[in-house]
Amino acid sequence: MTLYAGKREALEDAFIGRDDEMPRGKPRSVTRDALRRFRANKAAMTALVVFVLIVLAAIVGPYLVPYDYETPDWEAFTAPPSIESGHYFGTDQNGRDLLARTLYGTRVSLLVALIATTVSVIVGVLYGAVSGFAGGRIDSAMMRFVDVMYALPYILFVILLMVMFGRNVFLLFAAIGLLEWLTMARIVRGQTLSLKEKEFVEAARAAGVSSFAIILRHIVPNLVGPVVIYASLTIPEIVITESFLSYLGFGVQEPLTSLGTLISEGTGAIGSADWLLLFPGGVLVTMLLALAFIGDGLRDAFDPKDR
Amino acid sequence: MPETLLSVENLSTVFDIGGGNPFAKALELKAVSDVSFTLEAGETLGIVGESGCGKSTLGRSILRLIEPTHGRVVWQGKSLTDLSVGEMRKARRDLSIIFQDPVASLDPRMNVGKIIEEPLKVAEPSLGRKARRERIEKVMEEVGLAPEMINRYPHEFSGGQAQRIGIARAIVTEPKLIVCDEPVSALDVSIQAQIVNLLKALKERMGLTLIFISHDLSVVRLVSDRILVLYLGRVVEIGPRREVFANPGHPYSKALLAAAPIPDPAIARSREKTPLKGDPPSPINPPSGCAFRTRCPIARDVCAEKLPPLVDVGRGHRAACLFTGDVRADEAIAG
Repeated sequence: MTLYAGKREALEDAFIGRDDEMPRGKPRSVTRDALRRFRANKAAMTALVVFVLIVLAAIVGPYLVPYDYETPDWEAFTAPPSIESGHYFGTDQNGRDLLARTLYGTRVSLLVALIATTVSVIVGVLYGAVSGFAGGRIDSAMMRFVDVMYALPYILFVILLMVMFGRNVFLLFAAIGLLEWLTMARIVRGQTLSLKEKEFVEAARAAGVSSFAIILRHIVPNLVGPVVIYASLTIPEIVITESFLSYLGFGVQEPLTSLGTLISEGTGAIGSADWLLLFPGGVLVTMLLALAFIGDGLRDAFDPKDR
Repeated sequence: MPETLLSVENLSTVFDIGGGNPFAKALELKAVSDVSFTLEAGETLGIVGESGCGKSTLGRSILRLIEPTHGRVVWQGKSLTDLSVGEMRKARRDLSIIFQDPVASLDPRMNVGKIIEEPLKVAEPSLGRKARRERIEKVMEEVGLAPEMINRYPHEFSGGQAQRIGIARAIVTEPKLIVCDEPVSALDVSIQAQIVNLLKALKERMGLTLIFISHDLSVVRLVSDRILVLYLGRVVEIGPRREVFANPGHPYSKALLAAAPIPDPAIARSREKTPLKGDPPSPINPPSGCAFRTRCPIARDVCAEKLPPLVDVGRGHRAACLFTGDVRADEAIAG
């Protein structure tokens, strides 16, 4: 090994000079920096707490409420909210406890959003990164396919998928995730185009790293910022989509429920039983607001320059 | 006779431009045209020229980071340009590159250890974790960084330190050839000296061969054994450092030398001034004949007709000018 040949003299050491002034504090990775900025953002942190509370309520809440979401209480049909009866949110026209139904509906909406967002992130990131990194004709072909998918009417797809998957709501939303990835793929592709020209990618190529490893090791980790931000915006979008489809009767079926279904039923009872709209609507609005603030906070945390 | 490590034969790199419009006539940008030279083991070749003259493209084409369009790159007797992607990947452990922007060349999401480790993993996959870690720490020591920095992230370092990390990454596989693409031009002058000295010391110690790309003549002068002057993608002059600096054979090299700043105002004032007028012509539509004729102080009509060949002007020194004799005679009078 020529590297450590006997030639290494003290003189030469002095000649090279060292530059080893240590940076202070703990090592700060980009993600750690972003999280620190996020924690400093009061609005986002409050929103995060609210969102976590809603998620916790949706997970454990149904077990704590004395009523379940499908059994009618024969004593109370369309009963207004009251502390004494134990129907804190009141009951619906069939005598079912609205609190239990709202908690259950939140759980379904969140689950659906989680499935669809996960699917769209995985597909979108891989598709976009490969397309952008490959470039040239492959990129053009892949992006034209995305354009075609964009142009197809969404509802048509949903109806087709309904025929294919029948009444399985979760499969349906996995499929909706497969439609939602289009925008993600475009965003990721754009980022990849600029990332792949960076010198650190060239350095990896010069070291002989394979293209696939470069995508996974250098491109995807550097996409975390925009992907997290966009994913946090996709969740409310899917919650709304689900509400919309349920409203049309395509989504979750009785006696199972979701926030969208509850709200659509509630709108029919405006004037006679306002609480049927107000409670599920309030939960949905709170959740969407919280998510919007979280998304905003994440954007500021990951791209402090764009504020 | 030292062995020839690298020989570049008629290398050209052409970019198709004109965007994605399939109906528009494709334009060609000849970034590098017909460049040939050889490099001996242990030698440092300085490549100089203005911005946009193809220096970086040439360096990257030699390593096939940009695929050359024509010509061959022969490395230790085998043609790199004919290797398959997989074979090229294996060959890369002997070839390395150091970049201009030290911070941009380091992945912001990786810590120093991971950055230096990456080429090592590819070159020696059989090496265990501990052995790799030892090598990384040794190499950090080599470039004057504290091994304790191994868990730090690139943005925590100064430019000079970041460039040292880049150098550590470049030498960790113990390569034979390193292309240094303007390694110091983004750094402060005091740091430049450190990095140049570090490169020189490493070269001595590891027996490296360097291709040193720079627009800064004072830096090139410090490190190079031979100089290659590039103008609009073509070699206009190549020769031993002393020869090129003392006795340039091409009017462009002469102007380049005359334009280099001298830190002593007395000498600077007494110096003959031959500033170049205008910008280099567009490489998309280069002038006929000698590409330099549009800015050349001694251009004549023939220059537009004939592409001047690279002719020997003595002592391993070659220049591509039809009137080299005039350039040098002029030089003799002025000097």
